[in-house]
Amino acid sequence: MYEKTLTQLAAALKSGEFSSRELTAHYLQRIEKADTKLNSFISVTAEQALQQAEIADNARANGTAGTLAGIPLALKDIFCTRDVKTSCGSKMLDNFIAPYDATVVEKLSAAGTISLGKTNMDEFAMGSSNENSYYGPVKNPWDLTAVPGGSSGGSAAAVAAGLVPAAMGTDTGGSIRQPAAFCGITGLKPTYGRVSRFGIIAYASSLDQAGPMARSAEDCAHLLGVIAGHDGRDSTSVARGVPDYVESLDAPLSGLKIGLPKEYFGDGLAPEVEKAVRDAVKVYESLGATVRDVSLPHTHYAIPAYYVIAPAEASSNLSRYDGVRFGHRCDNPSDLIDLYTRSRAEGFGEEVKRRILIGTHTLSEGFFDAYYTKAQQVRRLIRQDFLDAFEDVDVLMGPASPTPAFDLGAKKDPVSMYLQDIYTIAVNLAGIPGISVPAGFVGNRPVGLQILGTHFAEAQLLNVAHQFQQATDWHLQRPAFAEEYA
Amino acid sequence: MQWETVIGLEVHVQLATHSKIFSGASTAFGAEPNTQACAVDLGLPGVLPVLNEQAVAMAVQFGLAVHSDIAEVSVFDRKNYFYPDLPKGYQTTQMYHPIVGPGDVEITLEDGSTKRIRIHHAHLEEDAGKSLHEDFHGMTGIDLNRAGTPLLEIVSEPDMRNAKEAAAYLKAIHSIVTYLGISDGNMAEGSMRCDVNVSVRHKGLDVFGTRAEIKNVNSFRFVERAIAFEVERQIELIEDGGSVVQETRLFDPERDETRSMRTKEEANDYRYFPCPDLLPVVLDQAYLDHLRSQLPELPADKRARFKNELGLSAYDANVISASRDMAEFFEAVHNECGDAKQAANWVQGELSGALNRESLSIANSPISARQLGELISRVLDDTINGKAAKEVFQALWNGQGESADAVIDAKGLRQVTDTGAIEAMIDQVIADSPAQVAQYRDAEPEKRGKMIGYFVGQVMKASRGTANPQQVNGLLKEKLDALL
Repeated sequence: MYEKTLTQLAAALKSGEFSSRELTAHYLQRIEKADTKLNSFISVTAEQALQQAEIADNARANGTAGTLAGIPLALKDIFCTRDVKTSCGSKMLDNFIAPYDATVVEKLSAAGTISLGKTNMDEFAMGSSNENSYYGPVKNPWDLTAVPGGSSGGSAAAVAAGLVPAAMGTDTGGSIRQPAAFCGITGLKPTYGRVSRFGIIAYASSLDQAGPMARSAEDCAHLLGVIAGHDGRDSTSVARGVPDYVESLDAPLSGLKIGLPKEYFGDGLAPEVEKAVRDAVKVYESLGATVRDVSLPHTHYAIPAYYVIAPAEASSNLSRYDGVRFGHRCDNPSDLIDLYTRSRAEGFGEEVKRRILIGTHTLSEGFFDAYYTKAQQVRRLIRQDFLDAFEDVDVLMGPASPTPAFDLGAKKDPVSMYLQDIYTIAVNLAGIPGISVPAGFVGNRPVGLQILGTHFAEAQLLNVAHQFQQATDWHLQRPAFAEEYA
Repeated sequence: MQWETVIGLEVHVQLATHSKIFSGASTAFGAEPNTQACAVDLGLPGVLPVLNEQAVAMAVQFGLAVHSDIAEVSVFDRKNYFYPDLPKGYQTTQMYHPIVGPGDVEITLEDGSTKRIRIHHAHLEEDAGKSLHEDFHGMTGIDLNRAGTPLLEIVSEPDMRNAKEAAAYLKAIHSIVTYLGISDGNMAEGSMRCDVNVSVRHKGLDVFGTRAEIKNVNSFRFVERAIAFEVERQIELIEDGGSVVQETRLFDPERDETRSMRTKEEANDYRYFPCPDLLPVVLDQAYLDHLRSQLPELPADKRARFKNELGLSAYDANVISASRDMAEFFEAVHNECGDAKQAANWVQGELSGALNRESLSIANSPISARQLGELISRVLDDTINGKAAKEVFQALWNGQGESADAVIDAKGLRQVTDTGAIEAMIDQVIADSPAQVAQYRDAEPEKRGKMIGYFVGQVMKASRGTANPQQVNGLLKEKLDALL
C-alpha cells in the first residue's frame, strides 16, 4: 500500500480494495519498524488513528465519506492538536498540550483524514537541516548519512520513506520546499494568507504559511483544497474563494511562459543541480512552454532582509515562553528574573537563542530604523521584483536549493546554513506561492525543481507541476530504505 | 520668584465592549480570578488576535466627540517587555499610527469660565492582567481576567496650568466617555485611570521644565492632591539648588505623596514594531459619517443650550450637563413642567440631596422625571404650596402614590384659594386669639409686620397647610388693620 500515492489510496479506499483501518495499521506498522532509524516522528498516535480509521470506514459504508476520508496523514509538530502534545521540536514545549486544534487540523479532521502523529522538526521551525530539534536529528531515507532538510524535515522524510502518504508542513523561508527537494517529494508553500495560521505555533508571523507535502502535485492539490480558505480566527487569512485545484490539473501547457531568474543560476549552485533543473525546463519546452531569462535584481538582499525580519518577529513571538503559565519552568527559581532567565536558557536550543538575540538587537532603540525599517523597504523591492517578472511570464523556475541534501553535521557555521535558503527565502518575503517537485538525482540524493507563481496562483502551479509529473517519473522513485520495510 | 505649573494627562479609559479587544472572552468586572481569560488572553502558543469592531467604533466616537482627525489607516504595534501579568510578553498597542489624531476638549472652571485643552492623540490598546501580592505567602498570584480588556489611552497636550484645571479636564473626559456610553467611567473599579505629567518653570518662560510622570492617580481628588504635592516638591528642589530628574513616580494616597519608581536611565526599551498578526485598521468616510450621525448631544453642546436657550446660569448649566443621566433627567422634568429654572432647582436641590443621602445614582432614582415634573407643575399652577410640595416629594420618593396628583388628593394637600373659606378661617383665628389681637393693636405700627406671623401660622395650621400663604397674608392684614 505504501507505494501508492494519496490519490491512488483514495481511489482504493473508495473501491473497497482495502479499508482505512487496514491502511492505517499498515502505516503504523511501518512507522514502528522504520522510524527508529529515521526519527521522523515526535509523537505517534496509534490508538487514536485506528479509532479515526474505524469512523472513516463506517462513513464509507454509510455513503457519507468524502474523497479523502480514511487517508492517514502526519502533522508537523508545530500544528496544535487538542489532547496530543505539540512540542514544536523544543524542550520548552515538551510538556505542552493545546486545548484546541489548529484550523488546518480541524479542516483535515472534518474531511475524514486520519492523523498518525506529529513529525519532527527544527526547534520552532528555525533551521534548514532538522538538526536543531530537541528530539534529535532526522535522517534522510535516501541516504541515512544525509539531512532531510528543514525545518519540516520529519514530514518530508516520513513521506519519502513511505511511513505516511502525505504530511503537513510549514514554510517560513523554505521549510516545506527545501526538505521536499532533499527527500524527493512534492511540497507546496501557498500564498501568504491562503491557509489559516490559527493554531500553528508562530515563528515569524508575516512569513509563516502551512502547506502539503506529498508524493505528487495531484496529492497536494487534494490536500490544499481541504486546508485553504478564510478563517475568522486569523486576521491575515484572505477572504477569497478556494478553486478546485484537482479539476485544473489537466490543463495543457502549450503557450506557458516560463521565466528563469538569472540570479537563481549563479555562483554557489552545484552544477549537477543546475543540469537537473535545465533538463526539467527542456521537458516543459517539449510540452509547449516557451522559456526566457528574467531578472529578480534584489535577490541577493533576500537573506539579509529575512534574517532581520524573521528574528525580529520571532523574538517577540517567543516572549510568551517565560515559565509562568505553561511550558518549561526551571526548578526552584529564586526570584522572577531567575525564573525567566533559567526557564528560557534551559528550554530553548542554541539556534532559537541566536535568533532571539538577533531579533532583540535589531528592534532595539537606535537600531530599529537601520535594520527593521530598512529590511521592510527591501522586502517591498523584492516583492516588486516578482510582480514585475510576472508581467512577462506565467511562472518562474529554478532550483529549490543550491545543492542536494548535505551530510549530517556538515554545516557547523550558521551563516553557511542560512545560505541554503537562498532560492526559497525571497518567496516568503514576497508572499507568493512556490512548489518543489522532484527533478532528478545527484548520486542517490534527490534534486528539487522549484516553480513559483504570482499571488494565489496555486492552481496554476499545481497544474504546471502535475503536467511535469505526467511526463516524468522522478516523483515515483522510492528510496531503497522504503523497500526494506515492505 | 513666580512659578508656573505645566500639566499633561494620560487617561486610560476602559471601553465598555462586551468582549475583549482581541478575543471573545467577557470583560465583566469582578469574576473569580482567571475565569474570564481564554486561550488568546493567556497567550497560548498558536493563537491569534482578532480585532473587536466595537472597540474601534468606540474609539472613533470619542475622536469625533473631541473634534479629532480620525486616522484613515491606524496600525497596532507590539510593546515588548516581560512581566508575569503580561501573558504574551508584549502589549498590543498603537505607537506610531494611533486611531485618533489631534483634537480638543473644553473644560469649565469653578468660576464658570472655559478653556480649551488640546488632545495630542488617543490610541487603542489591550490591558494587562493583575498581579496579586497578598494572600499567597510570599508568592505572587496572577489574575488574567483583565488581560485583553480594551483601553483607549487619551493623551493631552501639556495645556493645564494648575491642579484645578487638571481635575476639570479629567471630569470633562469622564463626562464625554459616559455621554457616549463607551465607558462606565467607574474610577473605583479602574475603568478610568490617570497618569499625570508635571513640571514647573519660571513664569514667562517658553521652555518646559523637566517633567515627572506620576502613575496611579485614580480619582478626581487624587489628581489635585498628587499635583499639589509634586509641584511643591519640584519647586523646593529647584529653590534648594537641585534639579528635577525625568522619572516615573507613584502617587501614594495614604501618605499623600509621590515616590520615585524609576528614572529615565532605568526605563525599558520596549522594541516597538508593527504587530504582524493584525492588519492595519482602514476606515472610510462612510463609516465615519455613520458613526457621526449616531453621536448623542455632547456635554459642551448641552451646557451651551441650557445656558443660552433655557436661561440657566453658567453654574447650573455646568453642574447639570456634567452627567448625561442628570442632564437627561433634567430635560425630562423640564419637558413636563415647562420651567427650566424650577426644574434645575429641584433636580439639584431636593432630588440630589435625597439621592446623596441614600447613595443612589440618578438613574436609580425612586422618583421619576415625569413625577417630579408634574409635582413642579402643581406648584406653578398654585394647586399646592411649597411646603406641601416637599411633602408630596417625600411621598413619591417613598412610593406612596403613582403621581403627584394622586398624592395631593390622597393627602388633601390641594391649596385652598377660595377667599371665602380663607376668610372664615381667619375670622375664627381672630376670634380665638383676643390677647394676640390686643397686642397687635397696641404695638408700634412697624412691629406689627412681624407679629402677623403668629396669625398666619394659626390659619395655615387650621387649613392643615393647604391655604395659599400669599392670600392668607393679604387677607389677614386687611382684617387685623380693620380692627385698629
